[in-house]
Amino acid sequence: MNQPLLQVDNLVKNFELRSNTGIRKTKRIVQAVSDVSFTVDEGQTLGIVGESGSGKTTVGRCVLQLLDITSGTISFQGQTLDGLSFEEMRQVRRKMQIVFQDPFASLDPKMTVGSSIAEPLVVQGIEGNHEDKVASLLELVGLAADHAKRFPHEFSGGQRQRVGIARALALDPALIVLDEPVSALDVSIQAGVVNLFGDLQKRLGMSYVFIAHDLSVVRHIAHRVAVMYLGKIVEIGDKKSIYEHPTHPYTKALLSAVPIPNPTTERSRSRIMLEGDVPSPVNPPTGCRFRTRCWKATELCASSEPQLVVRPTGQLSACHFPE
Amino acid sequence: MSELVLSIRDLRVTFNTPLGPLEAVRGVDLDVHAGEMMGVVGESGSGKSVTFLAAMGLLPHQAKVSGSVMLNGQEMIGASSKVLRNMRGGLMSMIFQDPLSALNPVHRVGDQIVEMLKAHSGNLSDKQAALRAVELLDVVGIPQAAERAHQYPHEFSGGMRQRVVIAIAIANHPKVLIADEPTTALDVTVQAQILEVIERVQKAFGTAVVLITHDLGVIARVADRVNVMYAGRNVEKGSVDSLFDHPSHPYTRGLLASLPHEGIERLTPITGFPPNMLMPPPGCGFAPRCSHAIDACRASLPSLRAFADLETACICAEELVVRTGLS
Repeated sequence: MNQPLLQVDNLVKNFELRSNTGIRKTKRIVQAVSDVSFTVDEGQTLGIVGESGSGKTTVGRCVLQLLDITSGTISFQGQTLDGLSFEEMRQVRRKMQIVFQDPFASLDPKMTVGSSIAEPLVVQGIEGNHEDKVASLLELVGLAADHAKRFPHEFSGGQRQRVGIARALALDPALIVLDEPVSALDVSIQAGVVNLFGDLQKRLGMSYVFIAHDLSVVRHIAHRVAVMYLGKIVEIGDKKSIYEHPTHPYTKALLSAVPIPNPTTERSRSRIMLEGDVPSPVNPPTGCRFRTRCWKATELCASSEPQLVVRPTGQLSACHFPE
Repeated sequence: MSELVLSIRDLRVTFNTPLGPLEAVRGVDLDVHAGEMMGVVGESGSGKSVTFLAAMGLLPHQAKVSGSVMLNGQEMIGASSKVLRNMRGGLMSMIFQDPLSALNPVHRVGDQIVEMLKAHSGNLSDKQAALRAVELLDVVGIPQAAERAHQYPHEFSGGMRQRVVIAIAIANHPKVLIADEPTTALDVTVQAQILEVIERVQKAFGTAVVLITHDLGVIARVADRVNVMYAGRNVEKGSVDSLFDHPSHPYTRGLLASLPHEGIERLTPITGFPPNMLMPPPGCGFAPRCSHAIDACRASLPSLRAFADLETACICAEELVVRTGLS
C-alpha cells in the first residue's frame, strides 16, 4: 500500500489558561486535542466534523504547524515535521496550504487581489512572471484575469472566498486544509464554491482536510469522515459507513439533529434529542467524554475510556456499547 | 382559518445612506394567524429581519417606514411610543440570534424576567412575579429553575441563555413571537433543543411564531407555512409541504436545488449574486440571475398572485411548469 500523504499519530495539543486575579495566579490546562490519529491519502478528502469545542479547527492548525503541538507526530509526504528547522518547515509549507472561514478577514483590504494571490510566490522566492500565474489562478477559480487589479471590497463573499482559494493554490500544494470554507456564505453561493473544490481536486489531484460543522456539505465532498467530540475522534471511517451505519451514539445523535430540507422526511424521522451542552474542555468527564449526554452510559463509561475499535461496517469507533 | 393576529400590507423601509437611499423592504404583504408557525426564509440582505424590526417599531428614526402593520387590530406604523411599549413584550415579542447580547450581564436572570412581567402588569406583587419567573424558566426547560433564577447570564451556556431569552419573551403570553435566526449561533444538537422549546411554547400557549432563518432544513422541520423573501419582496408563499414539493418561483427552486443531497455528483448553484439594493433592477429582483427571465420580467415589478396552491411573484410560473415540470 502506498504511504499516506499525511499521517497524524497521537496528536495532543494543550493550551494553558492563565488567570491572575491579583491575589493569586492560577494555571489551568485545556486539552483541546487529545490523542488524535488519522491519515489522509493522496487525492482524498477527509472531513472533520464536530460541534464548537470539539478541537476540529485546532487539529487543522496543528497539521500546518501553525500551532506548536504538545506531543505526537505529524508526517507529511513521509517526512516527520517535528524538529524541522524554520527553513526546512518553509519548504514543507509550500505543499500545505489553508483556506479560512471568513473571506472578509482573510484578505488584506489594502492589497489588490492580484498581490494577495502572488504573495505566497514572493515569500517563497519563486521567480518568473507572477502576473501570468495570478491570471491563470484567477481563471482556475472561476474569476476573470482582470480582477487582479481590484481590491477585496469590490468582491462579494463568494468571490472573495474564490480569491482565498486561488492564493492557496498559488504554490501547487499537495494538501489544503479547508477550515469551514463555506459556512459564511449564503446557500445559493455555497453550492458554487463546493463544486469548485470538487473540480479542482479532480483536475489537480490534491488532498483536502475539510473541517466543517455542516454535515450535509461534508457528506457531499468527503471520502472519509472523522467525528470529533471534546478533543477526541469518536468515530472515523468511510463516508458511507459513517452516514449510513453510524455506530457511535454521538454520531447518531448529530446526524439526527441536522434538519433535512424535506418536510415529509422530517415528520417521519425519529429524533434523538441530546440533553444539555458540550461540557467544558477544561474539565472533561472521566472515561468516555460523551457519557454525560449519552442515553446508553453506564458506570463502565465513567470508569474506563473506550478505545477506537473496528466495527463490522468498516469504521472505527470508541464506544463500549456501539449500535 | 384561525384568527388573523398580524397583518402586514405594502410595508416599505428605506434607509438613507451616504451613497443614496437604500430600499431594504419594497412592498411586503404577510399574514400571521393565531397559533401557527410561519417560516420566513431568505438570504442575507433579503429584508427578512428588517421587515419584522419595522413591525416591532425597532428601527432607528432615520429609517423611513411606510405601509401598514396591524397587530391584533392595532396599527403599529406611526403608533405613539406608549402604544408601542405596550405592544412590545405584551402582544408581540422578539428573540434574536445572539442570546448573550440580549441579556443584561449585571442582573440575575430571574430579575430580568420579573422586569418584563412587571412592565406589563403593574399590580403583580414582587413575590408573585418571582414565582412566575421560576415557572417560566421551568417551562423553557431549565433544570433547577428556582436556583438558576438567582444566577447571572455568564453562568449559563449558549443554549441555556437562549432558553432564558425565550422565557422573557413569552412572560406575558404574547400572541406573536418573532424569532430572528434563534439557533444560528448554536451547535446543531443545541439547535434541536431550542427548536423543540419554541414548538412547545407555540403549542402550549397558542402563540403564533414567526421563525426567520436562512436554513431550509429548519423550515422543513418546524414551519406550517413559509414565506420566501428576495431583494426586499416576498417572492413565494404557501404551506410547507406544497412549497418543498412543487416550488413555483425560480428562486425557491434554485435554493432547494443548491442544497447538497444524496446521490448527486455536482451541486447546482444559482449563478450571479443578489442585486445591489442601492440600485435595484426595475423589474423582478431575481431576473438578473434567472435563466427563464423574459423582457416582461425586467420591465415591471411582479406582485404575488395565486398559482396552484401557492402564491408566487413569478409571471412565468405556468411557462416554467410546462418547461421543467412540477418541482
